[in-house]
Amino acid sequence: MSAQSSDQVGGNGPAPLLEVQGLKKHFPLHQGIFSRGSGQVYAVDGVSFRIERGETLGLVGESGCGKSTVGRTLLKLLDPTEGKIIVRGADITDLDAAQMLPYRRQMQMIYQDPYASLNPRMPAGEIVGEPLTIHRIAAPKERRERVAHLFERVGLRQELMDSYPHEFSGGQRQRIGIARALALSPELIVSDEPVSALDVSIQAQIINLLMDLQEELKLSYLFVAHDLAVVEHISDRVAVMYLGRIVETTDKTSLFETPLHPYTEALLSAVPIPKYGARDRKRVILTGDVPSPIKPPPGCHFHTRCPYAFARCRHEVPALRQALPGHWVSCHLHDGGVRLPLAKPAGA
Amino acid sequence: MNRAVPVEQAKAGPGSGPDEIVLEIENLKTHFFTAAGVVRAVDGVSYAVRSGETLGVVGESGCGKSVTALSVLRLVASPPGRIVDGAIRFAGTNLLDLTESEMEAIRGNDISMIFQEPMTSLNPLMTVGRQISEAIVLHQGLARRAAFDQAVEMLRRVHIPEPERRVHAYPHQLSGGMRQRVMIAMALSCGPRVLIADEPTTALDVTIQAQILDLMRELQQRLSTAIILITHDLGVVAENADRVVVMYAGRKVEEATAKDLFESPGHPYTMGLLGSIPNLEVAAHTESRGVRLTEIKGMVPSLANLPKGCTFAPRCGFATDECRADYPPLLQHRRGHWVACWHADRLLGGSS
Repeated sequence: MSAQSSDQVGGNGPAPLLEVQGLKKHFPLHQGIFSRGSGQVYAVDGVSFRIERGETLGLVGESGCGKSTVGRTLLKLLDPTEGKIIVRGADITDLDAAQMLPYRRQMQMIYQDPYASLNPRMPAGEIVGEPLTIHRIAAPKERRERVAHLFERVGLRQELMDSYPHEFSGGQRQRIGIARALALSPELIVSDEPVSALDVSIQAQIINLLMDLQEELKLSYLFVAHDLAVVEHISDRVAVMYLGRIVETTDKTSLFETPLHPYTEALLSAVPIPKYGARDRKRVILTGDVPSPIKPPPGCHFHTRCPYAFARCRHEVPALRQALPGHWVSCHLHDGGVRLPLAKPAGA
Repeated sequence: MNRAVPVEQAKAGPGSGPDEIVLEIENLKTHFFTAAGVVRAVDGVSYAVRSGETLGVVGESGCGKSVTALSVLRLVASPPGRIVDGAIRFAGTNLLDLTESEMEAIRGNDISMIFQEPMTSLNPLMTVGRQISEAIVLHQGLARRAAFDQAVEMLRRVHIPEPERRVHAYPHQLSGGMRQRVMIAMALSCGPRVLIADEPTTALDVTIQAQILDLMRELQQRLSTAIILITHDLGVVAENADRVVVMYAGRKVEEATAKDLFESPGHPYTMGLLGSIPNLEVAAHTESRGVRLTEIKGMVPSLANLPKGCTFAPRCGFATDECRADYPPLLQHRRGHWVACWHADRLLGGSS
């Protein structure tokens, strides 16, 4: 069933920091109060990838493609429907809350909306120190010192520890969220659209901070975002999602230079480039909207909008295959050899 | 791609020739009188737009770019807001001198506006056909039936598939991209001379954004509408605007052709903005930990409590005592390139 054919997607070598295999998350749909589920939302429908220590994997896609659900499911904030989540070789998929505790210390999350994700009744210092309390790390006095240190590290003045979230600006709130995520010295941070609610000048401050912290603390990131330019800036490798599936994944330069999936090609050409003259480049403008994940189209999910779709795409799900070294794509066009530039196969 | 549909022309009138100024804002001041003090949301802004031209207005949240646009249509909530000074000239008339009913004849007819979130600007209880034909009945005096047919035609023109069916749909039955198309259809239904688009694609996905911007360009070419494109996205500006106005803390700090602005920006704020956004091309070719983005330190000052002198000085790497003492005049440093900065000549001369 799984669209992903490989267990080696995007890397090699033994036991990476994180490995996700054939991950699925389906949400049952309910209509009315008493009726049984009347369908499913196929939010994540067979996703595999791995993240090495110190590496950033960018997960990019448009709204509703399932990228945020991937982040939440792999932290087990949502229970996966199918698939495996493996941390340093240990399968954590079926662990209960108590068994998960040590793993939670290693994997933390930064959220998009710094207004909604901080408890408005808690002083900032307590918000940042709360994970230390929950995991019973450090005595109260030492805790305060650690929090002060975290404040400093994310560029907040220590005096602000006693202020409440509403007293901070959006950028400062995002810094609080980052400090909280760092409190337990995690190895992996899942950041879900961490800069998309911020003004551009503040966005740059937060991106630089995330990159500095990564360098300093050898962090790994799963960077979930819709903004391809931001993702390309911060990531080593990028995975492109469309309707619950990864359609292409490779290092960021190859993705930009030689996109193999028609969706990636369209996405790249749709991103406006802040340079005069960029308007004259050749573009692929897709027609139509993203189909509903409740009734994804059969075959390749992208075939309804794909300019190169042919008969086979309408009924057969393309597997995610390694088309070039380190470059994985799920598209029938490249079956039997990479075909560039992308074009409808002759006779189709 | 192009469907053969009859296209009515944009209204003719004084200033309707190509390259003629259709709308001119002069020294506009819109202030909000709040308990916390006077918020100078727009504090002496001037700009003009010609027919067939797209003027990009950029700046971050709270810079006054939207309030300027709302002032043009006299839609600023009063109280607390009030236009305290300036003129808004449309085809020779100062809109600020008109009565409310005279203004109603202009809104949605000669000057129309599309907003960021189509869901909140469309009436959820009316079919899209009713909403579009309402404007046509009101401004063009067409009978309801004829106006409804015209609405179908407008939906077709904005490339909504099956317009005969969709005309009966309610806004919630349409996707975000479709709703924005309906907004555009409505805004263009009376062939306005000026279209104000306030973050028209910010709520949309990037592939849908490309469709909508493409559509706006196509319609502009047919109708030679003047477009004021308000956005925070410099990429959208670079690819769509002919000229650009940069706003900061309620004032225009720079104005130039798109080419000049992106190739040799003259204001440190514009330079900062350009350096702070990742460029897709550059990002793809640099080591991930190689380049840092340029930060603009600190944050936008409160409009109720602006610093003395240049409002950008506290965040500016070039600021000197002169900047902290007096607000710099907006001067033309090159042909068509206006900058409000004491150091503009040096920055433009040695732009590297």
